[in-house]
Amino acid sequence: MSDRKAEIARKFIEAIPHCNALGMTLNEIGDGMAEITMPYDTRFVGDPVTGVLHGGAVSALMDTCGGAAVMSHPKSPAATATIDLRIDYMRAATPGQTIRARATCYHITRNVAFVRAVAMDDDDENPVASAAGSFTVEQATKR
Amino acid sequence: MSRPPPEPVQVVKHRRDAALKALVEGVPYIQYLGIAFERRGDELTATLPFDDKLIGNPYLPAIHGGVTAAFLEVSALIELSWSILWDEIESGRIDSDTLDPTTLPRMPRTIGFTVDYLRSGLPRDAYARARVTRSGRRYASVMVEAWQDNRDRLIAQATGHFLMPTRDG
Repeated sequence: MSDRKAEIARKFIEAIPHCNALGMTLNEIGDGMAEITMPYDTRFVGDPVTGVLHGGAVSALMDTCGGAAVMSHPKSPAATATIDLRIDYMRAATPGQTIRARATCYHITRNVAFVRAVAMDDDDENPVASAAGSFTVEQATKR
Repeated sequence: MSRPPPEPVQVVKHRRDAALKALVEGVPYIQYLGIAFERRGDELTATLPFDDKLIGNPYLPAIHGGVTAAFLEVSALIELSWSILWDEIESGRIDSDTLDPTTLPRMPRTIGFTVDYLRSGLPRDAYARARVTRSGRRYASVMVEAWQDNRDRLIAQATGHFLMPTRDG
């Protein structure tokens, strides 16, 4: 059951045009947890002097990862949309390194799912950014 | 004592447009998303032209929430950088004709950014305007709103806190 849900979520994520555009890969998904990577790309640079990725690209990764975590939660019927997302940037991501986001859906009600996420580069000990967000829980009875 | 004559309007416009161009065109990610800025005096409006690569939900279809967040963050950062740059070019401390990414003042850095999603982003152009609500020596705060067809029906709003660049060049 859970594997099937993870598979549906994986298919959905992999069909998202913007995720493909940013080169995102779903590494791991299941039981309200997801891990997605995004390789370094000079097109997504925010500071041309240092070559550091733009915060917006990290936001897109965190948002996707949070949504994937919600979709894979055993109590989540299916699709979801972000209600709010707060991101704290602890440090600049090291240019050239892949960004890896891990999100957990730590609480879910009939209407709202709550998510925490972190983004890391090669240095696992010092996350680049952390996020907290809430997502909608779509009712399966709608259709 | 007579006042000096006012600057010719073309000179003023050229200076401001050149500075804005240097600020925006130097950032690869802004170019990648296709975001453009329109200027009236010091007021900026950002436009995000719709493109298939921005889709986050192919079934609706809707713009990816991450794109909306990125659009708001880009708008907030440019507004804040622009407010810093404005004083520099208007006072003559920086010559806008020599500006390029290497000679621009350093950009502020995002500390935290919070996005509220109010409506799903439809497959059409989106617009954003930001307002610097506090600008200090070390920290600044910016509010930003995005909409599509109707100015009063926001698709998202955000607030961000930023670390100001140090003035050592």
